[in-house]
Amino acid sequence: MSITLTINGEEHEVEAAPDTPLLWVLRDHLGLTGTKYGCGVAQCGACTVHVDGVPRRACVAPVGSVAGKAVVTIEGVSGPEADAVREAWTELAVPQCGYCQSGQIMSAVALLKSRPSPSDDDIDRGMAGNICRCATYVRIRRAIKQAAGEGER
Amino acid sequence: MSRWLPCALLMLAIGCDDCGEDEPEPVADPLPGTAGLRSVADFADIADEEARSVALFEEMGKVLTHPRCVNCHPIGERPLQRAGEPHQPHVVRGEDGHGAPGLPCASCHGESHFRTVPGNPEWHLAPAEMAWEGKSLAAICGQIQDPERNGGKDMEALLEHMESDALVAYGWDPPEHLEPAPGSQALFGQLARQWAATGAHCPPEPTGDVEGPAEASEDEVSPEAGEASAPTEKAE
Ligand code: FES
Ligand code: FES
Repeated sequence: MSITLTINGEEHEVEAAPDTPLLWVLRDHLGLTGTKYGCGVAQCGACTVHVDGVPRRACVAPVGSVAGKAVVTIEGVSGPEADAVREAWTELAVPQCGYCQSGQIMSAVALLKSRPSPSDDDIDRGMAGNICRCATYVRIRRAIKQAAGEGER
Repeated sequence: MSRWLPCALLMLAIGCDDCGEDEPEPVADPLPGTAGLRSVADFADIADEEARSVALFEEMGKVLTHPRCVNCHPIGERPLQRAGEPHQPHVVRGEDGHGAPGLPCASCHGESHFRTVPGNPEWHLAPAEMAWEGKSLAAICGQIQDPERNGGKDMEALLEHMESDALVAYGWDPPEHLEPAPGSQALFGQLARQWAATGAHCPPEPTGDVEGPAEASEDEVSPEAGEASAPTEKAE
């Protein structure tokens, strides 16, 4: 069936069964491949997007459930937190292979939106659902603190 | 009993119809037992009212100590999942029970089940003061009647929570790979009403050195056996 989605501010008409994972639609139907497929079962965070401002694992979000909502992916994330995260991530060269990083960034931006000055505990808790197989966790933590304006440079 | 005092005061103050001077109404139209949970009618021949009340609560305990209920009433800040394993990933209750900033429950748990991920529009954890993972039935029984530890509920509100809350309902309607709580929510609600109507008595604390979650035994215990068979099996 035809479903209307708003992704990064743009409307898209897609032909998909409503129980198709949003991740499939983003990557395969719309070519938005910045959002990654890691586990497919809500265990790794690689597929994190924002739906109406709330982080959402796209691999377990049926596309029908986001019709009419505002979906933001790594390609479109914007605003002061996203800018600060981009800058910190680049400056500290956070990514190793990079595979997990779009998910890490989407979670980091969501964390900073609700906790502008996150403590180490806040970072542990807010980022607990994002796995990095290259173990860039130390740099991720530093970059989040830097983005919050608190990190050592 | 003193637990009725707030109810009585409320009645005096606002003329509450639901919590009159009478104790809660006994269940008039008992549902049949189903799916491992017995009917209110199965307890009718326990002559002593207190023993009947305790037996009814022990039957309710099959539900209260089932993983579908306990997993979201964890003692720590991390929920449990499946048969009671720590939730993976390591998520936490957060300030409002809806998860941590940056990782709300709704990141994964949508409005309905999706494959193996359970969903419910209300998905969240019970507050820490309402945690009963690992507690005895006696302790749970005292706790759920205490407004300080049950979210400020009087008995009627507690009964309504058990018989009609939409997230409590999830316990009987999980995704296919998860075992539902015994019985049905309607039957559980009847047991709870009958328990309240018989004085809301609690089982005694288990004796001996048994620690850990107490629950009603899987084996059928005849209602006559009534008084608190100290149940000790850990929920699967
Ligand atoms: S791909 Fe969605 S959480 Fe791993
Ligand atoms: S940078 Fe390689 S998986 Fe995270």
